[in-house]
Amino acid sequence: MSVATRPDEQGRFGAYGGRYAPEVLIPALDELAAAWLELRNDPGFRGELGDLLRDFVGRPTPITHATRLSAELGYDLWLKREDLAHTGAHKINNALGQVLLAKGLGKQRIIAETGAGQHGVATATACALLGLPCVVYMGEEDTHRQAPNVARMELLGAEVVPVTAGMKTLKEAVNEALRDWAASVGSTHYVIGSVVGPHPFPMLVRDLQRVIGDEARTQYRDRVGTDPEYVVACVGGGSNAIGMFTAFVGAPEVRLFGVEAGGVGSELGRHCSSLTLGQPGILHGALSYLLQDADGQVVETHSISAGLDYPGVGPEHAYLKDEGLATYVSATDGDALDGFQLLARTEGIIPALEPAHVIGWLQHRPLPDGARVLVNLSGRGDKDLDTVRAALAGERP
Amino acid sequence: MSNLEATLRAVRDRGAKSFVPYVTGGYPGVDGGLLRMLAAAGADAIEVGIPHSDPIMDGGVIQEASRVALQRGTRIGDVLASIVDAAIEIPVAVMTYANIVHHRGYEAFCDDLARSGVDGVIVPDLPVDEVERFAALGAARGIDVVLLAAPGTTAERYRAIAAASHGFVYCVATYGVTGVRDQLSVTARDVVTAVRPYTDLPLLVGVGIATPEQAGEASAFADGVIVGSALMAPLVAGDPKAAVELSGAFRSQIV
Ligand SMILES: Cc1ncc(COP(=O)(O)O)c(C=O)c1O
Repeated sequence: MSVATRPDEQGRFGAYGGRYAPEVLIPALDELAAAWLELRNDPGFRGELGDLLRDFVGRPTPITHATRLSAELGYDLWLKREDLAHTGAHKINNALGQVLLAKGLGKQRIIAETGAGQHGVATATACALLGLPCVVYMGEEDTHRQAPNVARMELLGAEVVPVTAGMKTLKEAVNEALRDWAASVGSTHYVIGSVVGPHPFPMLVRDLQRVIGDEARTQYRDRVGTDPEYVVACVGGGSNAIGMFTAFVGAPEVRLFGVEAGGVGSELGRHCSSLTLGQPGILHGALSYLLQDADGQVVETHSISAGLDYPGVGPEHAYLKDEGLATYVSATDGDALDGFQLLARTEGIIPALEPAHVIGWLQHRPLPDGARVLVNLSGRGDKDLDTVRAALAGERP
Repeated sequence: MSNLEATLRAVRDRGAKSFVPYVTGGYPGVDGGLLRMLAAAGADAIEVGIPHSDPIMDGGVIQEASRVALQRGTRIGDVLASIVDAAIEIPVAVMTYANIVHHRGYEAFCDDLARSGVDGVIVPDLPVDEVERFAALGAARGIDVVLLAAPGTTAERYRAIAAASHGFVYCVATYGVTGVRDQLSVTARDVVTAVRPYTDLPLLVGVGIATPEQAGEASAFADGVIVGSALMAPLVAGDPKAAVELSGAFRSQIV
């Protein structure tokens, strides 16, 4: 099953994905799938989106040779700089594409969920740019953890709705956005923030994020003259990782690694390592790996990073894992904190806590000496300064 | 023909309308005794929710009931045990979410239901496109896998849902999730009218029915009415007696 034929018409990536959604949403999902299959190769749409990505987002983002970090770790390390995309993370690639698509479909209102606030900020930004009202659901816990992003969304004209159910984090925010959408589906588009959700979302978000890897592979070949041996990205819902991996999947000399949040331990409830420690299950409309108890109840999760604090993962990653096309590992909160500081000190780049997990994992030297490694630096760390300062001062994050 | 379908057809054949109350299993006070009282209050069938951590089709009242039920440690087996314990004549359908069924295994879940004397199952995030195998496994054990029809769908899809549903067709009254509404949505009649040409199964309206009057309105065009949040609200407020009394009031208007 090649990328071009993945997913099938039912939205399946092998056994995974599908459309486990309430009936009331099916017509909108059908409409969205049909529109996307038509527009994704439409020169008019691609041109309009391409112009926005260049003029507004600042694409292509560069790749940077991490010279001092390479020397420290014994690798040859390049960073794909999604932290330099407008709004500070890869999330804008997807948000802008979906809001443009929604406008084309005649939708009058945009809703989104957010964890770290990066996807909420990106969606609020796209809505400000394109002139649509925007409501962002955010777990109450995350509104505290990522307070600067709440202020940003409000400045951008979005309404931020705190969600108080359950753990008050990303999973509950998605639940609430889905409930809003069930009631408003005729007029509203739901801009989901990662490669999760019912078909066609995992396909749509992947297609909008694959620009990361498409650019990076060309840039890397231009600079280094060959492909990297290892491509590494952090995995929350999995959008920055799929965006990076898609250009490389199946390339014989390239190995793909996804780094999940290992939190503070491997017991259920202390991490969000769905692929490494979960089992297949259904959440938010798709079958994928899931952290769940003996009855199939979705369990609480923990990560120092709000953007990875999610019990599920995109179905294409489940497929890549089972097929042996990508390898998934995890890094703890402590690794992420180390990686965060290491990249700042050696490269002058303060990463978001999400991709800091990748640096934290590399710091244990899991790859052979001298390996050529390309890392997706999915976002910048301004939003995380309070969390990191508190954690380093010994307070619980 | 299954017990559930036969019962709902018999109600229609005698020119009456079915009343189907919903309660969240595992919530304090929702036990065999309550199910018996609902039967005594005139329910034609009962829908019992198996609580799930992520009830995306449910509004505030049932979300809260599900949360409390899970927090006190409710397991799937506890809910099924309460149904066995009720030992009521009328059919019982369980309502739950796809991962509960998937995790247990579709076949094992159907076996569990059959062993507990359950007659039907409603899984709102298993739409017609994903349900074929489950429906067949249920049918082989006399368990009706009930499908939902919602507003805004194409004629082809209403036809497919009608053809694949068992027991009855659950006609979702309104856009949105469970929870009471000020008025009966006009879309309730639209859905029933759209599905009717494609099936002889009973058509029951549910989601958002707040008052006995609204239920009465819906029974003018549907074969029955499902009432959930409106009955759970007094239970969540700690007053099971009021829930049973309210059931009587619904019963008297659903004619
Ligand atoms: C910078 C950054 N990286 C990664 C993620 C995780 O999401 P995904 O796995 O979809 O890339 C987030 C989510 O908020 C993020 O803000």
